[in-house]
Amino acid sequence: MSEATTPLYEVFIRPKAGLSHKHVGSLHACDDDMALHMARDVYTRRAEGVSIWVVRSDLIAASDPVDKDMLFEPTASKIYRHPTFYDVPDDVGHM
Amino acid sequence: MYAQALDQKDRSPVIAEDPVRLERFEARCTAEDKIEPKDWMPDAYRRTLIRQISQHAHSEIIGMQPEGNWVTRAPSLRRKSILLSKIQDEAGHGLYLYSAAETLGVSREELSEQLLSGKAKYSSIFNYSTLTWADMGAVGWLVDGAAIMNQIPLCRCSYGPYARAMIRICKEESFHQRQGFEIMHTLAKGTVAQKAMAQDALNRWWWPCLMMFGPPDQASQHSDTSMRWKIKRFSNDELRQKFIDAMVPQARFLGLDIPDPELRFNEESGHWQTGAIDWSEFRRVLAGDGPCNRQRMRVRRQAEDEGIWVRDAARAFAAKRAARRQAAAIAAE
Repeated sequence: MSEATTPLYEVFIRPKAGLSHKHVGSLHACDDDMALHMARDVYTRRAEGVSIWVVRSDLIAASDPVDKDMLFEPTASKIYRHPTFYDVPDDVGHM
Repeated sequence: MYAQALDQKDRSPVIAEDPVRLERFEARCTAEDKIEPKDWMPDAYRRTLIRQISQHAHSEIIGMQPEGNWVTRAPSLRRKSILLSKIQDEAGHGLYLYSAAETLGVSREELSEQLLSGKAKYSSIFNYSTLTWADMGAVGWLVDGAAIMNQIPLCRCSYGPYARAMIRICKEESFHQRQGFEIMHTLAKGTVAQKAMAQDALNRWWWPCLMMFGPPDQASQHSDTSMRWKIKRFSNDELRQKFIDAMVPQARFLGLDIPDPELRFNEESGHWQTGAIDWSEFRRVLAGDGPCNRQRMRVRRQAEDEGIWVRDAARAFAAKRAARRQAAAIAAE
């Protein structure tokens, strides 16, 4: 193809007030404004959201899947960070 | 299905994979773990998925044409609005799928080029003409019905981005099938001429729809690996049978006849059995000799050519806005 390529954007949508934006997919657009318009057409044809974020994919810093174990292992070994780790007598009631 | 051409031979050289990584990968597939874009995957897995997802995307894009044929002649404003929404959905589905394919390392431009050059295939079904308004009913009811049969298991595909795209698509596809059935139902209980029109549409679409599921299992070349890698969950014949079993009662409800004198219910297996499918027709259509193959490609290429100025203008506008922002930033310093 002789035509120039258009940048890739990631699209995030807030499904309704009070919820956080969630990644829904990606699209190509020439700039931020056009990406927003396009995201509206492509990803919100059925009242999927009340707010859209778009960001150029190449601006996202991401963790490397190879580092997954190293990065997230500590959350598994520190079970005392979870409330269920602690013994609370039944008589105390709900805590 | 939409990726029927997968069942044709893959001629790329086979790359010897690292056995340790391959074993780990296959264990993940067996454990129903999802594979994500940056995870290690065998070359054949990547290639199969690129082919399958892009064929699926191309099918959605080409699939707009048979329906577009009826937009200006829809019988009412209600039907016209529905048809427009449906076509817009097809474009959306194509876009979700192209994005999913791109996560595997192929560019949108390459994908588009593969379609335009004829290198990539799309579903055989979209090479049939939509001759009457009843065809809009038959396409929704039968073609989208067949597509849903195939796509529901794809929501559990091992490749994360594809599975997620399929979940969105399946949610939207259900409206397509129901609106098609409604059109058929309206015609079937209408005048004698309207009912005949519905029957004629069923007659023409029934067999091509059965072919959508791809060649019979004994002739399919990719199934074993695709099953092991959890790309595919059911064989072509299994899905075809599910479709037949679902459709026969619906056709009866409509008071329409399935155009198959050999169709009978097999008490033993509990399934409807059809007569022989004419696979020579399937191969002919897939090879480029169906009723509309040339027209579909011509229209697609024309749309691409006529869209160049729009894409050029969008790029020029983006550049102009960026330059203005930059100038304003400099002026503000």
